[in-house]
Amino acid sequence: MPDIQEITVDDLKHLVSERAIQGETVLLNMGPQHPSTHGVLRLLLELDGEIVVNCIPDIGFLHTGVEKNMEAKTYQKAEVMADRLDYLDTVGNTLAYSMAVEKLVDLDVPARAQAIRVILAELQRFASHLVWLGTSALDLAAMSMFLYCFREREYILDILELCSGQRMMTTYIRPGGLWRDVPVEFDAAVRNILKTFPRRIDEYEALLTRNPLMLDRTYGIGKLTGEECLNFGVTGPMLRASGVKWDLRKARPYSGYEQYDFEVPTRTEGDVYARYLVRLEEMRQALRIVEQALDKLPMGPVRSNNYKFVPPPRSEIGVSMEALIHHFKLWTEGFEAPKGAIYLAIESPRGELGVYLESDGGPKPYRIHWRTPSFDNLQSLPLMSRGVLVADLVAIIGSVDIVLGDVDR
Amino acid sequence: MEKKLQPIVGKLEKEFGVAASEYRGDVSLVIPVENIVAACQQIQGLGFELLSALTAVDYWPQESPRFHVIYQFTSVDGNLVMTLRVPVPGINPSLPTVSHLYRSANWRERELWDMFGIKFEGHPDLRRILMPADWEGHPLRKDYPLGYEEPQFTFNFEEINLRKPYAKE
Repeated sequence: MPDIQEITVDDLKHLVSERAIQGETVLLNMGPQHPSTHGVLRLLLELDGEIVVNCIPDIGFLHTGVEKNMEAKTYQKAEVMADRLDYLDTVGNTLAYSMAVEKLVDLDVPARAQAIRVILAELQRFASHLVWLGTSALDLAAMSMFLYCFREREYILDILELCSGQRMMTTYIRPGGLWRDVPVEFDAAVRNILKTFPRRIDEYEALLTRNPLMLDRTYGIGKLTGEECLNFGVTGPMLRASGVKWDLRKARPYSGYEQYDFEVPTRTEGDVYARYLVRLEEMRQALRIVEQALDKLPMGPVRSNNYKFVPPPRSEIGVSMEALIHHFKLWTEGFEAPKGAIYLAIESPRGELGVYLESDGGPKPYRIHWRTPSFDNLQSLPLMSRGVLVADLVAIIGSVDIVLGDVDR
Repeated sequence: MEKKLQPIVGKLEKEFGVAASEYRGDVSLVIPVENIVAACQQIQGLGFELLSALTAVDYWPQESPRFHVIYQFTSVDGNLVMTLRVPVPGINPSLPTVSHLYRSANWRERELWDMFGIKFEGHPDLRRILMPADWEGHPLRKDYPLGYEEPQFTFNFEEINLRKPYAKE
């Protein structure tokens, strides 16, 4: 066993103020096991009384080497790791991965598959925002919000289970289309959500939006300007709450988002309260997109028929020798992607989710890098938390909406 | 290539004497390592305010260049994206930092140091970020082996348990 190196304050001297070294301020660990850090995030706080002088995030407790693991698997098999990065936006992760592979090998996706992808991605965005709303309200001591939000989220997870058999780790979206078509109950289940959820959002607003306790805890706290956001790489609802209208679904549409009519909500305050309002409005817009996509859901195949990259359906394997050979080759060797490198970004509930994918001509990704939004959003935490109270820091962490699986990869 | 991107790429090509390449609509420029800070300054001045991603690729066993460091830029105002690739040799790989231009590069450069062992000169806080501070090696290098675990079955459970690296008792 090698000796375990002790990490002392001396190693972090350059990060804390002069007063900490003289003992005038207190260094305090918050986390890694702390209920308001939403996972395993350790913050080293330098405190002057109850005021945060410096905040030094320490991440990596959930590092699982996803990138290295994906490089050791074929393109199809690597996809299951994508679900497990951001476990609140599993559909979005598989969508980004599938679209990256499709871009790399130049594969077309049928219109029906694209529309179903949009429906599921928006439902997942809604579910992810519900978890954010529930947990960040819980941090502000609004316990009942947590219960309501998780009640509603269950309906969306039921739909994912209906389609894929799994509540969270769906792997339903595959390169070239979907695993299979949605079942007949899908339409009714989604319409049920569309009918009940707008009223539920009104109920949340009735509980929180004009609540004086909520306003006291969130208004004017954790401010970021638009320039600061961009310089720190902050994207998603946090950026839009600071007045920058940047949404990849509108700016660089993918998967047919250009057909749907929706607004990109923005605020200019850039504080915790503005982020709350932006996310609530995004939930309404997500339902709008789902409704439009469901109304004009085209019929047709849900998988590309390019069998060099996409496994043929089960029904063909029994009758076609060629289909059997394709199936066998794809699941034993995988397909060979042409040599090249691409970057593809989509709008996840937290911001720009990018995939850098490089191929050396073989059946495995030579290099895959996940540009995860939580990683960059969390990086702005020291800037936002300078000079706030410890209790406000809890509200700020909640407003960043981090998923530690997404930060640490 | 998008029309709005052409003059920007043309300007960078002339300035640094390089040629842009395009693959599936992604435009990338290969910039020598000594010009990277100047190039980033230029690009920031041309309206690319967001450094979307900063990553690297290891081409081991090829030695010069062994790594490519990849800078992915986004212009929110002009709705444009472009990529810079910087070749870095395998012996003592190091680059000047751009974290004073793009603050988001701070953690990303720490990640590259952690995962690839690429040094960023002038970086304010170059510590490991994802791996423990006393970790040896740089996991995303291609010569770093992927770990594994031996599966235990009833017939060899005890035998494997003895050599399994975890705290016993």
